[in-house]
Amino acid sequence: MHPFSACPVWIIFLPLVNSILAFLFRRRGAQLGIVTAVGLVPPLLGLFWQVIGHGPQSYPVGGWGAPLGIDLYADGLSIIMLAMTAVVGIGCTLYATGYYSHGGEGKEKQHHQDSALFWPLWLLLWAALNALFLSADIFNLYVALELLGLSAVALVALAGGPSAVTAAVRYLLVSLLGSMSYLLGVALLYFAHGTLSLGLLGEVVNSSPAGFAAITLMTAGLTMKTALFPLHFWLPPAHANAPAPVSTVLSALVVKGSFYLLLRLWFQVFTATVTPSVANLLGILGVAAILWGSAQALLAQRLKLLVAYSTVAQLGYLFLVFPLAQGTGTGFSAWSGGVYFILSHAFAKGAAFLAAGTVLYGFGHDRIDELVGVTRRMPVTMFAFAIAGVSLIGLPPSGGFIAKWLLLNAALAGGQWWWAIVIVSGGLLAAAYVFRFFSRAFRHVGEISTCRRIPRSMELTALALALFSLGLGIIGPAPFEIIQISAPLSGPVLSGGLP
Amino acid sequence: MNLDHWLPLMIVLSSLVPGILIFCLPERRVSLRTAANMVGATAKLMLTAVMIWGVFHEHIYQTRLPLLPGMDLVLHTDALSVLFATLSAILWFLTTLYAIGYLEGSPQPRSRFFGFFSLCVSSTVGFSLAGNLITFVMFYEMLTLTTYPLVVHRGTEESMRAGRIYLAYTLTGGAVLLIAAAWLKALVGPIDFTEGGMLTAFSGLYRREFIVIFALLITGLGVKAALVPLHGWLPVAMVAPAPVSALLHAVAVVKAGAFGIIRVVYDIYGIEFAASLGVLGPLAAVASFTIVYGSLRALNQDGLKKRLAYSTVSQVSYIALGAAVLGPVATIGGLVHLVHQGLMKITLFFCAGNLAETLGIHYVSEMHGVGRRMPWTMVAFTLGALGMIGVPPLAGFVSKWYLGAGGLAAGQKWVILVLVASSLLNAAYFLPILYVAWFEQPKGLWPEEHYRGWLETHWMLLLPAVITALLALAAGLLANAPFSPLEWARLIASREYGP
Repeated sequence: MHPFSACPVWIIFLPLVNSILAFLFRRRGAQLGIVTAVGLVPPLLGLFWQVIGHGPQSYPVGGWGAPLGIDLYADGLSIIMLAMTAVVGIGCTLYATGYYSHGGEGKEKQHHQDSALFWPLWLLLWAALNALFLSADIFNLYVALELLGLSAVALVALAGGPSAVTAAVRYLLVSLLGSMSYLLGVALLYFAHGTLSLGLLGEVVNSSPAGFAAITLMTAGLTMKTALFPLHFWLPPAHANAPAPVSTVLSALVVKGSFYLLLRLWFQVFTATVTPSVANLLGILGVAAILWGSAQALLAQRLKLLVAYSTVAQLGYLFLVFPLAQGTGTGFSAWSGGVYFILSHAFAKGAAFLAAGTVLYGFGHDRIDELVGVTRRMPVTMFAFAIAGVSLIGLPPSGGFIAKWLLLNAALAGGQWWWAIVIVSGGLLAAAYVFRFFSRAFRHVGEISTCRRIPRSMELTALALALFSLGLGIIGPAPFEIIQISAPLSGPVLSGGLP
Repeated sequence: MNLDHWLPLMIVLSSLVPGILIFCLPERRVSLRTAANMVGATAKLMLTAVMIWGVFHEHIYQTRLPLLPGMDLVLHTDALSVLFATLSAILWFLTTLYAIGYLEGSPQPRSRFFGFFSLCVSSTVGFSLAGNLITFVMFYEMLTLTTYPLVVHRGTEESMRAGRIYLAYTLTGGAVLLIAAAWLKALVGPIDFTEGGMLTAFSGLYRREFIVIFALLITGLGVKAALVPLHGWLPVAMVAPAPVSALLHAVAVVKAGAFGIIRVVYDIYGIEFAASLGVLGPLAAVASFTIVYGSLRALNQDGLKKRLAYSTVSQVSYIALGAAVLGPVATIGGLVHLVHQGLMKITLFFCAGNLAETLGIHYVSEMHGVGRRMPWTMVAFTLGALGMIGVPPLAGFVSKWYLGAGGLAAGQKWVILVLVASSLLNAAYFLPILYVAWFEQPKGLWPEEHYRGWLETHWMLLLPAVITALLALAAGLLANAPFSPLEWARLIASREYGP
């Protein structure tokens, strides 16, 4: 047996086992979280080393192999997603140790009890994400997706209070409906083709009615879970009302999980089934999401709600990938732009939510109109928020800029210039809502409201994630070499131009 | 390590690194902050001297860092970038000195100010050294972001409003520029700045597209270059502290636009190709209109800085006019004005800042007899103002002479008319100031007198103004000396027009 074949199993089971331990030993949650964060690093590095060195890897769990047993599979896209989850996950874990560090009386005590449940649920969610990115058959993917949804819902409910419970119940319904729709698609595919493996299905699925019904059901379910307009209604309250580390995980990672699956299905399984009109429909909904989400973010009265609506808008960009990939010769450009967007949005939104959470933690409220002059009270946090904002707007130097440049290139080189206008004006709207906050935060006033002492770890993790989003803009071509490992499309990263 | 490959990057880093260090310093470490500022500014001056020597001897320094497969960050030294980088290195040194004196004892956080100040200069040097369009766009956008905190530095209601207007204009301009850059890239591939024009190789193709892209590029750049009707932000941004206004008007923001226009006309399109597309006529018309309109508006401004701002609107368009008239003589006039306008305008703004800081004078109507109280400042102001009018042998005369002669050489006599009209208007709004300051009696107490010492004001405020005034005088007197701005402009023109 190859020494590295245990890596993917470790990656899934370490957070899972620690989650169970955290349920049993409630007082040791933070320690178990740190053990998980540190313990995940070696197997991840082992897996990356293998995939980057030797191409995509299949790991039969327990030695059975497909079609009978469970196959774990990792290619370039999987390890990019795993790395993203690890970076944001480690950041969140460190942030949460600070956030939940205070015991005490009254409200503080309630806070402490939340933490007892936060740790097991968060580790369970981490395990589900890792399982999702390592699964290669559509039923296992369903299991991972369901686990992800349920742990996310439980985390939203954690904040307590009527608004959090309402948000959680709504989220639960949407999540279940989405999974159900996806599961129907799985059943249809299994009935028609007798296999669940992504690879095998990619070879046999055609544009038969069953195939078309399956893609419709699965796409509908997954777009609902990814909060594509107009199915986004559940996201802002859920993300804005959750505790800070939870909002971060939900916005940066959880919605990306279902989008990742959509990307896999569209480009690996249903290549023969998808039609330009459906792709355009998704693109148009994406445009609506960008406009609506940005408009709501402009009107939001609370900082966390602003950041949550920004997520609705930013997710809209991801759906532009589908029409953009239809252009001639722009497939890989659009696809890699989408993947890059997922990455940069994860880091930037992670930093933004952590920073917004710190504001709420420090001042006890996050009403934008009253946050005058906060840059002087928490300069590090505000600096992190500013860098994250730069990436969300898509200005250089940042990962967001590179991602938008790739999408722009795909639009213009493929002759679909109308998407380019949306991409650029969406950036202007993002600038409007980011600077709406900063035009208050920068104001100089004599009296600034008092601020609670903030643990250093909370300030620095937000800054670290922000710097990751900045670094994506200057890191160079390395991520593209990883993305290319067994990518479903090939072609130049930047298409167009005369030979 | 090879100097040829790293010199341009080191020039950018010589202000970027001090900037980052300054952010990390606590507010009270004044001497360390000053040291970081001055060491960075001196290092930049020395590196620039090495670069001038090398480029004069036809040496090529180029840093090329891959950002994406098929997209590089290129920092490159050619004669034009050296001209502008030198100007910014010298003026940054003086403005840093000025800013240290100006902000002494100010209540706002100075670490933040000097941090962003250094980043702003890094962006300025970055866009002047940019070797291709995408690198230029990146530094151009970074300039927008890094100047915003400087414009709103005072944190008052008025400055926040100025910041909002500034961003609304410049970010929209940046978005237009980005679309144009992406479109051009999609048509012809990577766009390296080439002496003589890189699109000349594509003459005969995409004629209509090239015309539209030219219009988009000039619109995007025209926002910062304050071409009418895109100039609205400039007079509003006057609320910034004096060193920021000085830098904004002399080397940073407005010059970024003017410099970009030069790059587009000469090094992307090529002046002959641009003329054959018929796009230079409209550009010349817009520039001429801006020249006259800016001067007209300056006439009835009582606010000293506002009058200077409208004067900038007018003067910067001389550069665009020089670029829009075909022929080497006009080119030399436009290029040399890039430097001359910078020297003269920074002098005027330093002086305006001195009057405000020392005596509380903000309006022309408060300047009665100020020449007696602050003779050195007013001598510098007078030199700057007479230079702007174009009185020989000051720097402004040289620019106007070459622009006029270039217009005649190109058979476009109306250029002379524009120049005469503008010079008369310049005299009409500058001479009354000089008259009032030198020949009227003081009206009694100054509005708000701060400084009483053996010098007329703090030496750090006085010295930079006197030096820049002398430089403006020398640039005119010694115009034919080797390494004068005029000689260097001749060198550039000879390389642009080829043998």
